[in-house]
Amino acid sequence: MFRSAPSGRRLLAAVSRLTTPLLPEDFLTLVDPLWSTTSLRGRVVARRRETGRAVSVTIEPGRGWAGHTAGQYVGVGIDVDGVRYRRSYSLSGPEGTDHLTVTVQEVPGGVVSTKLVRDLPIGTVVELEQAGGDFTLPDPLPAKLLFVTAGSGITPVMSMLRTLDRRGTMPDAVLVHSARTPEDTIFAAELAGLAARHPSLRVVLRHTSVTGRLDPAAVDETVPDRAERTVYACGPAALLDALGDAWEGLRAERFTAPARTAEGTGGTVDLGGAPLEVGPGQSLLEAGEAAGRVMPSGCRMGICFGCVLPLREGRVRDLRTGEAHGEPGDLVQTCINSACGPARIELP
Amino acid sequence: MTAVADTPATGPAGTLGSADPEPGPEETGREQHPQRPALELVPSSRRADVAATTNLTAEQIEELGRRLDAIRDRILAERGACDAAYIRNVIGKQRALEVGGRALLFAGVLPPAWIAGTAMLSIAKILENMEIGHNVMHGQWDWMRDPKIHSSTWEWDNVSSSAEWRHSHNYMHHTYTNVVGKDRDVGYGILRLSEEQRWNPYYLGNPIYNVLLSLFFEYGVALHDLEVEKVVAGEKPLSRVWQQLKSIGRKAGRQAFKDYLAFPALAGPFFLPVLAGNLTANLVRNVWSHAVIFCGHFPTGAVQFAPEQLEDESRGEWYVRQLLGSANLDGGRYFHLMTGQLSFQIEHHLFPDLPSNRYAEIAPEVRALCAEYGLEYTSGPLWKQYLQVLGTINRLALPNGRR
Ligand SMILES: Cc1cc2nc3c(=O)[nH]c(=O)nc-3n(C[C@H](O)[C@H](O)[C@H](O)COP(=O)(O)OP(=O)(O)OC[C@H]3O[C@@H](n4cnc5c(N)ncnc54)[C@H](O)[C@@H]3O)c2cc1C
Ligand code: FES
Repeated sequence: MFRSAPSGRRLLAAVSRLTTPLLPEDFLTLVDPLWSTTSLRGRVVARRRETGRAVSVTIEPGRGWAGHTAGQYVGVGIDVDGVRYRRSYSLSGPEGTDHLTVTVQEVPGGVVSTKLVRDLPIGTVVELEQAGGDFTLPDPLPAKLLFVTAGSGITPVMSMLRTLDRRGTMPDAVLVHSARTPEDTIFAAELAGLAARHPSLRVVLRHTSVTGRLDPAAVDETVPDRAERTVYACGPAALLDALGDAWEGLRAERFTAPARTAEGTGGTVDLGGAPLEVGPGQSLLEAGEAAGRVMPSGCRMGICFGCVLPLREGRVRDLRTGEAHGEPGDLVQTCINSACGPARIELP
Repeated sequence: MTAVADTPATGPAGTLGSADPEPGPEETGREQHPQRPALELVPSSRRADVAATTNLTAEQIEELGRRLDAIRDRILAERGACDAAYIRNVIGKQRALEVGGRALLFAGVLPPAWIAGTAMLSIAKILENMEIGHNVMHGQWDWMRDPKIHSSTWEWDNVSSSAEWRHSHNYMHHTYTNVVGKDRDVGYGILRLSEEQRWNPYYLGNPIYNVLLSLFFEYGVALHDLEVEKVVAGEKPLSRVWQQLKSIGRKAGRQAFKDYLAFPALAGPFFLPVLAGNLTANLVRNVWSHAVIFCGHFPTGAVQFAPEQLEDESRGEWYVRQLLGSANLDGGRYFHLMTGQLSFQIEHHLFPDLPSNRYAEIAPEVRALCAEYGLEYTSGPLWKQYLQVLGTINRLALPNGRR
């Protein structure tokens, strides 16, 4: 609340002598949970249904929110059945709005997405992290752009298009977006409207129920000058893998971790407190969270380094490669490393 | 437990020490400080009682263990949004009470405001220490993964620091419950609460020490973490004690500054009523928590154990020791809340990490299991249990007193 002003910080320090061992915010947040001075929070102020299984959620952030660049994602912490879960969601709204918007598509059996899509009362307070990620447009803009998206992968690109639309500087751009059916296409109407308003924007909507899955060849067919365009892609891992293999210089945003190749042996890890059994193929992050530890995290798939903790003893196994690695003092990514035998990791 | 009956009677202190990985006081060859109420042990006269109370076969004990595990598993599976709402509600109400109490004390020159403010602040401090702090620091709410309500971050409104307390309480007391010489809550290193502690003239003061401990309980708890007798015995380096003392000093300093200087000073001309109110609230909290905690383990019926009990103890035997070493308090819903559900001391000791709001629900099941296996389920009203504890303390002041 007093984040910026130094006099505010001094006041806060003085008041905390009165609230010790608690912080002033522990009382302030009883009045408004967003008045936290140590962590960023937001309140759900609106929900809009996009498709049968996707909703856009608009969140009013606390005063510390620094805004986002189109294409970035935000870390969201939310309680499901009393337990706090942390996930990342790309911001789908344009840059420069007071409130932030994410668009979530339900993953079958998914803990957080199901909650967000089906049962999220207005007024729910969530934990937020500042926006992050470098899936963003450069300045100056490339002369020619191509966006290839599928399913919920449209969200970061939607933020880019909405931002360009607001600025009135739509470059030569093509969007090839694939969804299961017309009804299942997030933002279908708005995309059609954007294309109608901006002659330089071409939107190609495809439906897997009609034309099958999107692949590099299909895109090349629709976009003959593809090789001249700077390509941004976001969608299921299989699509991104195929595009990455076929084309040079692709910029991709992944929502899901690449398949875990390695299982390994697991092991007992000391995070302070009672020792933790990490199962074969289980990440340190998953094992810690299952035991009720508050673990730092971000993308949960090895990209953002929001989960690193110092290794003190032993080694860990990278679940992507199966390789055992690590020296005491190394910062290890807990989201994509498992145990291999006993190890000690420092959790602050 | 049957193993207990088979083991030979407890030897003198020296024998105990050698069975222990840590060298006992005697082995260090140093002279005991004459004033120290050392945890010096004499042969137990109670082994027969223990065996008699638990006339169970090893199979029966393990079966009981499995049935208790089933209760625990059921609560773990049910734990959810309602439990989370409970603790958040208690925390919200407690903070509102604290703010309200302190605000009323600013008008403390008016006697009704002083009385109401002091009462509210006392209740707030008791709730904070008992239902919230104690239970959060046990990790009962860690499953929520809320960094604000987590054992790794909670600091309570008490002079002992959370980190030290978690070691002496969660580890030493809950692991070695009522094992004389291991569980430092047996007498807090000051009182004689067991015949197995060898009498010396120091203990003539037992009743007085108890009154003092009750009034200054938070300091007693903080200092009992120091384990001074281990230093005397040369088992603990002075540097570690110095480090702990500095930590206690810092925490105590912040607490005292808040209650005895800052808030009274803010009240300007009404400095004294606010000071008196804060002091009273701290004393009320001390006396209350001391009473509740002593009634949890030391009334007649709660059994104490010798250190060999710990050797090769099975899960079932552990449960039985926790059952027999604890005693419940009878009362209504708000009474249980004010004790931090430690009125369900038995359930708390069986399942120290289950959310406290669930103890009331499982208590009848635990009681029924005890009846089925012929184990004593000690329970009684606070006044009665407390009188028994006082009786024990008075009797043990004398060399031939019995518990
Ligand atoms: C940078 C980034 C941005 C993201 N942006 C968005 C976004 O804008 N909109 C959006 O809806 N999601 C987005 N996600 C995905 C989101 O973070 C969650 O992973 C997703 O909502 C599933 O979480 P869950 O708790 O419901 O599923 P979990 O309970 O964690 O998983 C349930 C099962 O579903 C599988 N699974 C997990 N995620 C997916 C997925 N995306 N597709 C298919 N299967 C999956 C898991 O492997 C598991 O087997 C983003 C992820 C990242 C890393
Ligand atoms: S959570 Fe992003 S790298 Fe681990």
